[in-house]
Amino acid sequence: MATELADKRTDDNSRRHFLKGCVGVAGAAVVAGTVNTPASARDTYERPPEALGLLYDGTLCIGCKACVAACKRANDNPPEFSTTDQLWDTPLDTSGYTFNIIKMYRSGTMASKDDETNGYAFMKTSCMHCADPSCVSACPVTAMTKDPKTGIVAYDAEACVGCRYCVVACPFGIPKYQYDSPTGKIGKCELCRHRYKDGHYSACAEVCPTGATLYGRTSDLLSEAKRRLALAPGSLTTYPRGNLSGGPDQSYQGYVGKYKQHVYGETEYGGTQVLKLSAVDFEKVGMPYLPPKSSASTSETIQHTLYGGLLMPFAVLGAMTYVAKRNVHHEDDAPTDEQRKEGS
Amino acid sequence: MSARQHAAPAPVGGSLFNATTLVCGVLMTVMATIVVVRLLFGLSSTTNVNDGYSWGIWVVVDVFIGSALACGGFCMALLVYIFNQGKYHPLVRPALLGSLFGYTLAGAAITFDLGRWWNFWHIFWPGYFNVNSVMFEVAACITLYIIVMWIEFSPVFLEKLGLRDARKKLEKVLFFFIALGVVLPMMHQASLGTMLVVMGGQVNPLWQTPIQPLLYLLSAITLGYGVILFESCVAASAYRRQVEVPLLNPMAKVMLGIIGIFLVARFADLVVRGVIGEAFQPTYIALTFWIENACLFAAFLLIRTTEARRNPARLFLAGIAVMLSGILLRLNGFLIAFDTGPGWSYFPSVPELLVTIGIFAAEVFGYIYITRRFPVLPREDAYAQPARS
Repeated sequence: MATELADKRTDDNSRRHFLKGCVGVAGAAVVAGTVNTPASARDTYERPPEALGLLYDGTLCIGCKACVAACKRANDNPPEFSTTDQLWDTPLDTSGYTFNIIKMYRSGTMASKDDETNGYAFMKTSCMHCADPSCVSACPVTAMTKDPKTGIVAYDAEACVGCRYCVVACPFGIPKYQYDSPTGKIGKCELCRHRYKDGHYSACAEVCPTGATLYGRTSDLLSEAKRRLALAPGSLTTYPRGNLSGGPDQSYQGYVGKYKQHVYGETEYGGTQVLKLSAVDFEKVGMPYLPPKSSASTSETIQHTLYGGLLMPFAVLGAMTYVAKRNVHHEDDAPTDEQRKEGS
Repeated sequence: MSARQHAAPAPVGGSLFNATTLVCGVLMTVMATIVVVRLLFGLSSTTNVNDGYSWGIWVVVDVFIGSALACGGFCMALLVYIFNQGKYHPLVRPALLGSLFGYTLAGAAITFDLGRWWNFWHIFWPGYFNVNSVMFEVAACITLYIIVMWIEFSPVFLEKLGLRDARKKLEKVLFFFIALGVVLPMMHQASLGTMLVVMGGQVNPLWQTPIQPLLYLLSAITLGYGVILFESCVAASAYRRQVEVPLLNPMAKVMLGIIGIFLVARFADLVVRGVIGEAFQPTYIALTFWIENACLFAAFLLIRTTEARRNPARLFLAGIAVMLSGILLRLNGFLIAFDTGPGWSYFPSVPELLVTIGIFAAEVFGYIYITRRFPVLPREDAYAQPARS
């Protein structure tokens, strides 16, 4: 009888503990969550006002790949071969050693340029320098950074741990890793920021003979892109070359292409600093559809809601410590009521 | 009465040299050789990872799946110390041991994969670490948890070494490490799900959801209990002991409850986001989605009644089903339903597989060594010998 009574007491006790534990933990989580949420919801970042970038116009590109060669030289990258004779640099995609490439869209007979059926078209592949880059959000050690003024997304090999989360995170597949090296680094376009001090700008835009790749402030480039979209296809207009926001006038007269009415990079993931125009559907030339809300902002909102200021972890830890302190029985102690009860 | 009283943990004893440990030793040697080659000649010398699939099985299996399978320790601590279900106490140490090895080796495995591993300390260094990065949270949390687990487990070593004073002192503050040992895995197991979010549209909508942290946390808890079902049955058969059915039965019931919550959250999310249609497309992605979830339904069918839960074979199979589902959830999100664009493919190379196998061999070897030499499993006299007479 006495045992039974004791059992009942323990049972009540443990139930009460159990409920207290539940309430405590849930309460702490809710409090921490509500205190914290309003401050931590994070909007998609916008481009800095002085952001630098490129405007690539697929209708002007002639596929000469001068920009691919210039990029190799400017970044001191080795040639990569895709042909058996290995005579000259022939990369098929960007890589840890190739930061810029011109890709070709082909359809059927490939008779005419910029036609979606039985035509062909060009598209540049290089870093888009996102307003809200996934790689910068993903990097655990701040090796990927976005310059607050120029907006250039830069890489610092000295900081990098080589986890390659940036490679996985980027929707454009841009940061690439050097898998063949025991000390491999990430390779990507940094808009030739290392050449600015010598009065140079992005090598790809410097050498582009047709102005298909144009360098400048993204705000200027966006106005230029919109000007082109407003023109009648086939009409004559002036196309600038080289550096749109300064530098000598290298413009020439040319015919307006059959543009898709969309500036790729104006709104994608909150906007990119590299903008693109094309006569062929963007998804067909390898530019993915992206919503105006960046995935970095979603990820960081979740992260900061849960862990902002470590409020929630500490609240839960406090509750857990309180409960655990009551429930930990030293193993040297005599068997508790609870344990004896199991025998019956 | 004494039949079900807690038996104090004791070393199992016996030889460390047998067929199992020998095979583990060989596999571990092979792994070590491949790792040396990788460190000298880069990742492409031994693995098939590429810029489309930059994370192969060394990350997804060894770390993401390995650590989730190692949630047994935290799940038992949650039951015993937080929800005060003291009866499960005999399961705590063996479960914690499994977690200790799972996590320690996951931590070791990630260094083989890191391209610039000598910079690893940057993750803990102010000025380098990036608090916006999900990876930072996961890496810092896992490292801290490994340390906490060794502290939680250290009474076993102190007991063996006869350091009673040290043990007593440690046990006075152990409750704090137990609490940490519950909070830390909850944090990083949830964050492992959040890691998918920044990848955006590259991940199929069936796995790309902002509630991913909740799903991964619930899944990790079900995995913890699933693994304990599996481990208990394997350990019982390997060491010729009784399966602890009276404990596993109610624990399995808890597991079913969490699976229920998981499934409701999983499907409600798909319906609310309007992407449930993806699951009915004639694609292998839809197929793997259904296999992932069918495993959870199978666990329900296998052990839904108390009677069924008294059957060790059913408990064992349910454990395997839950493990399979958790493994698939992670494989699907990070590899199978991850599409980085046309032209990319990945399947692990043989050396890559051998390293992953070597990691699991190291876990098995460690488990055998510690349980045979240190007091982890409950002392068992009556059932030590199989009844032959």
